[in-house]
Amino acid sequence: MRGVTAKTGRALALLALVALGAMARPAAAEVPKPKLPPAKGEKCVEPTEVMRRKHMAYLLHQRDDTLRRGIRGGKYSLRECLECHVTAQPGKPLPTYGSPEHFCSACHRYAAVHIDCFSCHRDRPEPEAARAGGPAPADGLTGRTLPARTLKVLGPVEVKP
Amino acid sequence: MSATDTSRRRFLTGAAAAAAGLAVAPGVFLMPLAQARRAGEPASSDVRWGLLVDTTRCSDGCDACVRACKEENGWEGVGRPRTDAQWIRKVKVRDPRTGHTQSLPLMCQHCKHPPCVDVCPTAASMKRADGIVLVDKHVCIGCRYCMMACPYKARSFIHEDVHDQRAHAPRGKGTVESCTLCVHRVDAGRVPACVEACAAEGGGALVFGDLKDPSSEISRRLAAHGAEEIRADLGLDTGVRYYGI
Ligand code: SF4
Ligand code: SF4
Repeated sequence: MRGVTAKTGRALALLALVALGAMARPAAAEVPKPKLPPAKGEKCVEPTEVMRRKHMAYLLHQRDDTLRRGIRGGKYSLRECLECHVTAQPGKPLPTYGSPEHFCSACHRYAAVHIDCFSCHRDRPEPEAARAGGPAPADGLTGRTLPARTLKVLGPVEVKP
Repeated sequence: MSATDTSRRRFLTGAAAAAAGLAVAPGVFLMPLAQARRAGEPASSDVRWGLLVDTTRCSDGCDACVRACKEENGWEGVGRPRTDAQWIRKVKVRDPRTGHTQSLPLMCQHCKHPPCVDVCPTAASMKRADGIVLVDKHVCIGCRYCMMACPYKARSFIHEDVHDQRAHAPRGKGTVESCTLCVHRVDAGRVPACVEACAAEGGGALVFGDLKDPSSEISRRLAAHGAEEIRADLGLDTGVRYYGI
């Protein structure tokens, strides 16, 4: 290493030693794991190990199918993730992504990963009462009875000359 | 609400308006019986979703459609009218020659040849196979070219952080948005929220359905009574048509 003085050389060697020492120490016991809140539901759409590595790829792929091609009902839905993983703890409101108690947030904070999903997407399940816009009854409007007033206002159109 | 005074009729309908005074076919039913697409099936170009606005049934002062849209899609002004999001607005138009005024809802017209899609540098502004024009916010960079290109001022840019979005209607700062024709409802076999609200508490002025299906309510109404496109002179072939303007 030309240009490196003896002094810096020694400092580097020392650093290397310290680093080696750190690596040699048993790591597992001392590294804290992220604290994940409990989830609802029986099991995830994929095994945990697979989801840990690939959830972002699944979501990325499916978002294009859903939005651009209009394919609904896919296996990997962000909304479904939240339904199971963002749950209310006793006496607390549902956590938002800003809280370390939010499932996604807990892990992303730990791994120092910045995501933009929740600048547009809702970060927790909707309250039951607010889900009117959600999935329709299986047969859509078919067979639905419209209020009498609706039928009245739908009579023939009068055209003015 | 804004009054348009300059040559309203020609402005609105582009070329000469079709002659009014058609015979009326009675006994038409309004609500289309939309069918939910099966899971895994993409939107198809065999369908083109459209909306018919019967302006003779739309009254000034009624904003049931606007309220329903806000609630359904979770948008609301933040007290800055110049930049607040507006997916749908009520507009009052006035013919200066006669003083005749009309009220009508204006939203994304779901153009067949959408200028917003032409100008978008990232392909975020897009038209689905079934004619619904959307913004893919995953790739929208917020340049607002589409807002400049849209002749109907149908799009809004979001300036503030957004929280508590509806689960089916993601929206966020730095992206552009507009009427989605309630695509989440349409895909589930339902009609847009404004149509439902107009039938229930408004004048029953909105008909939603498939423009490619001659037996659909909207196609039958269009065949029987005709309708206009706003700024038909631009040749955009809008999916939203207006009767009585
Ligand atoms: S009305 Fe405007 S936003 Fe809607 S498709 Fe046409 S150009 Fe695009
Ligand atoms: S604001 Fe977004 S959707 Fe509009 S032109 Fe720019 S990138 Fe495309």
